[in-house]
Order: sequence, then structure tokens, then C-alpha cells
Amino acid sequence: MTASAANPVAPVLDVKDLHVEFDTYGGIVKAVRGVSFDVHAGKTLAIVGESGCGKSVTVQSIMGLIPMPPGRITRGTAMLDGVDIVQQKIVNGRDIRGNRVGMIFQDPMSALNPTMRVGDQIAETLQVHRGYSKRQAFDRAVEVLTLANIPEADKRARQYPFAFSGGMLQRAMIAIAIACEPAVLIADEPTTALDVTIQAQILDLLKDLQRRNGMAIVLITHDLGVVARMADDVSVMYAGEIVETGSVDDVFYRAAHPYTLGLKAAMPSSTTPKDQGLRPIEGTPPDLFAPPDGCGYFARCPHAMRVCGPSHPPNVEVDPRHNALCWLHHPDAPRTVSELHRRVQA
Amino acid sequence: MTALVDARHVTKHFRIGRGQTVHAVDDVSLAIAEREIVGLVGESGSGKSTFGKTLVGLHEKTSGEVYFEGERLPQRYRPADFQRYSRRMQMIFQDPYSSLNPRMTVGEIIGEGVRLQGGSNSAAIRSEVDDWLERVGLERVHAARYPHELSGGQRQRVGIARALILKPKFVVCDEPISALDVSVQAQIVRLLGEIKSSMGLTMLFIAHDLSMVRYLSDRMAVMYLGSMVEIGPSEAVYSQPLHPYTQMLVASNPEPDPESERQRATVPIAGEIPSPINVGQGCRFAGRCPHVMDMCRSVTPELRGAAGVEPDRRVACHLYEPATSD
Repeated sequence: MTASAANPVAPVLDVKDLHVEFDTYGGIVKAVRGVSFDVHAGKTLAIVGESGCGKSVTVQSIMGLIPMPPGRITRGTAMLDGVDIVQQKIVNGRDIRGNRVGMIFQDPMSALNPTMRVGDQIAETLQVHRGYSKRQAFDRAVEVLTLANIPEADKRARQYPFAFSGGMLQRAMIAIAIACEPAVLIADEPTTALDVTIQAQILDLLKDLQRRNGMAIVLITHDLGVVARMADDVSVMYAGEIVETGSVDDVFYRAAHPYTLGLKAAMPSSTTPKDQGLRPIEGTPPDLFAPPDGCGYFARCPHAMRVCGPSHPPNVEVDPRHNALCWLHHPDAPRTVSELHRRVQA
Repeated sequence: MTALVDARHVTKHFRIGRGQTVHAVDDVSLAIAEREIVGLVGESGSGKSTFGKTLVGLHEKTSGEVYFEGERLPQRYRPADFQRYSRRMQMIFQDPYSSLNPRMTVGEIIGEGVRLQGGSNSAAIRSEVDDWLERVGLERVHAARYPHELSGGQRQRVGIARALILKPKFVVCDEPISALDVSVQAQIVRLLGEIKSSMGLTMLFIAHDLSMVRYLSDRMAVMYLGSMVEIGPSEAVYSQPLHPYTQMLVASNPEPDPESERQRATVPIAGEIPSPINVGQGCRFAGRCPHVMDMCRSVTPELRGAAGVEPDRRVACHLYEPATSD
């Protein structure tokens, strides 16, 4: 048990006011603009958003995977075990990344080394982080491959990635990520490249591993179905900011931000009647070279008010632990949230 | 009711040397009525894209026939056949990044079909292209742009305009939205819906997103490893799947609703789709099926009506007695 797992109140990973930007030929892209979230042991936080909203950059900066330059973390902290892991001055990043925080990626084919046996790739993390001998590390690699439900793990460990199917590769990547029993597992679109049946297998595996070792999972996805299946808490990201955060029920049934409502209206569920049209969100996200002063969703928001353009919206706690970055919840706003729901459902 | 498109026993095998054959599509029959949308689902490798391409002549058929408005289409298309049939049948491709020529402007891409058909001068083509740009929600200035200057959603709009400018009656949409973001998907789905009702289109909508297919299509067909295992009205197939494979697909499909996800009965999802090389006798799903019987491994089940279910449904599974009236 880790120190943070022993104290159920304190989050394992606590990210505060993270800002990330990139220098490009076109200017500075402000990809992440003040993101805060936390995740507790044994719980899953889903970060939802569309391409370009900054969700991947957020977790990559936590994992130290942002190339610097051109990237730059200009502000913010990410506390894990009492250490700020986005600080440049960590003496040995390897004590944390790959050890206390594991990560799995969207495309397992390009994330694994094609010239190394799968077992050796798992063993490598154990040799680096745990100081295992080659023999010990390989034995443990076979063990974690079995944990990841790979049949004939000792044979599979000696094969190269090309001999694996997409689903099997994703299991192998999960095996690498969990080999050191991390406190936090970051999963960046882990099932986007997979078929639904294989996706279901991988999601079940992640849940099962979480039940066994109590790790916290940060799940990056754009698929609200995956969120509904996996998440305890949800943060919705738009244009580099978290616009709504709350429990999965809060976000799905009592959504408080117009963007969250827009996303839900844009996709069919098994109960959407055929004669009811899907409602697309018109327009495109703002240019993050020059992010707007006010609300990032202003230009696309059907409920926009005059204040939303020039002034940045406040982060309002609409219910306990349920926040929305929106002027509609300001006491002076003419519309209430329940009115908003009525309008969306009408 | 006569079918607009009638595929009978279509088979497409690819020889890959050393006596090996990929059974991409095996004996698939499908009749699509005028103005109908049929959704085709299945995992990658199930042969759904190959079937769609074979329908519009992008692959020659190993055997079987396709009839369009009662006319038998050639087994293998020659350039003149493409000229002739491209006015009636078109395809919208999955990947809006690789399906547009990067060296042609958007205007050239959309207008190419009209130009190749002949009989229009460049001014007429240009005004038609402008028309279609507006219809698919782009602007006239986009005609001079190159594909790399557009976003994924915009490119897919170009792909749609390119396919529909010749006013085809039948369009194969091969996963037209799976590469796009949720909010953009809804834009494209709405656009397809509007165009369908204004032009009276008939569509084969290939997708792996079951919720979207249920929402969009009149009938849903399910393919597994080259064969069709089930077909019927979308709502019925989704809510009461007959074939064990369809049941597995529906059970895997995550719903954007936490409450129904919590109440979801856990169906074990076993195995992965096997290789389609040199497929043998018997039901192709036998290796993953939780209800497998001895006969499944030796006798290939036929797609037919089943006793006790609606007459407009067909399933290829030995678990069901054949319908008595069939």
C-alpha cells in the first residue's frame, strides 16, 4: 500500500492550474490553459473532449513527454506522493514516470519497439525502475502478461510485436504500464483503434486490474459510451480548459455546461428515437494561437450572453464537487440551469 | 417491391500466393429497396468494406451477380463501365485524408466526375461545383483550396460532394464518420439525411458504430469473417439480436448512459476475429460462440428466416429452427 492509498481522502494525483504552450512558426499555441483535476486511489477519472482540446497534451506534460522546446509548461503543479512531477528540477524523473505513473497509448503498434521481443520490453521497465536482474525481470514480465489475460504468456513474451493482433498489443502495453504496480495509470484513448468487442475486453481488463491493485486511472477519450462504462468522475475539456467536472452521474444527467449538453445531443444512444434529429454543434473550436479572452465556447454556444465574449467565465460549483466554467450559473444570469435543461430537451 | 440493388451470392476471394486464399466475402446476398438505408456492421476484417467496394465495381467479383434496377452489372468493370455506372452508383470513403488527391484543388476534385462525363463546359462545371460546395456546407472560396488546408470534417464534406454531384441513385458510405469528432459526426449525419430526403438516395451505410447504424438505417446487416450472419429491421436487430455474434456486438457497444452501463448484464466477450485465410466448413463464429454445438463445426449455417421470429428477419445460426413457411 502506498502512502496516498492509505489515506482515502487525499488524491493520489493532484494537478493544479497547469498551463502548457508550444512555440510554432505561426506563433505560440496555448494548448492547455489552466487545467486542474485530481484522482483518487481505485477511482477512474475520464477526461473527455474532441481533437485539439488539449487532453492529450495535459497528460503528456504530466508524464514528461512534451518535447521541450518547442513545448513549455509555463505554470502549474502536479503533486504525486508529495512531489511536484511537472517541475523541471526533479532529480530523477524515472523514480516516478513509468514507476509510480504508468501510461498506455492509443496506437499500440507504434508505441512498442518493433525490434524488441515483447517480454524484453516489459522486462526493461523492471530492470530500470526496480533494479531486477534480467532473469527476474523476464519472469515477472511473463507474470504480468498473464495478468493482462494473454494466453500462453511465456511463449508470447518471446515474440515480436508484429506477431500480435491489435487487441493483444494493447494488452502487452497495459502489461508494461502495470509491471511496476503504479499508483496512477494514464490511458490515452486506449481503445480508439480497436473494434467494439476488443474494446470491451480491454475496458474489462482495466477495471479488473484496478479492482486488484487499487490504482487510479486517468482515462482520456472522446467516446461518451466509454466514459459511461468506466468513469467515476468526468472532466470535460474544451479549447484547453476544463469546462465541467463532476461525478459521472452529474455530468450525464445534470450537465451544467452548454458544451457538455451539446456533445450529448450530438450522439445517438440506444433510446434516441429515429425521428428525433441529432443536433450537431455548429462551428469549430477557437484558434489557440490567440485564445479568446472570454469563454472559449462563446462563438458556438446557443446560450451565449453579452458577458461571455469579453469576460472569462467563473468556475462555479453548481452542486458539491460539480463545477462548471460558465456565466449561466452566475447569480445575475437571466437563465437558470433547469431552464437550460428544459431548452435543450425541448 | 423490386430492389434497386440486388446482390446475389457475391463472393470475393483474394489469392495471396502459396495456395492461400483470403475469403473476404463469401456468398453474400443483399437486396436493397429504393430509398432504403441498410446499415452494415461487423468487426474489422469482416469483409464489409470489400463487399461495399465489390457492389460498386471497385473489386471484380470472384463469383455471384449484382443487379442494378434489374440490369446485371459486369463481373469486372472496364473503363467504359465506370463511365456508365458512376452516374448511378457512387461511394463515400472512410478516410477523408487519403481518399482525396492532395495535388488537386477541391474544385477539381468535386468537378472531376462531371468533367469526365463530358458535355459540360468549364463554366457550367464551376457553377455546379459552387452549388455543391454550398449544399454540403462549404464556401465557394474552398474550391481553390487543397485538401491539406481543410479539417477532417470539411474534407469529408468534399468527399460527399464529389460522390453526389453526378446525382447517383445509390451510394455506398464506407464508415464516412468514424474518423471524425462527435460534434462533427452529427453535422455529417444530418447532411447525409438532408441530401437523402432531397435526392431520394438509397444507401449502404457501412459502420462499426452500432448506435449510429441503429439510429440511421432502416435495416441492419451483420457480417462476420466474410459471411452475413444476420439481417433485419435495425431496431429489432439491436434490441433483440438473434445471432450469438450480434449479441456479442451489442453487449460490447458502450452506451452513453451511466445507469444502463451499471445495469448491463456482463456477457463474456471471448476471442478475436480469426484469419480469413483458407476458411473451412462450418459456422465461422463457432470458435468464439458460447453456444457452439457439434454440427456448427461441420455444417455451414444458411441465412434464413427462423421459427418464432418476425418474418422480415434472417439469421444464419443452427440454434434457430427454420421458419415453417420458408
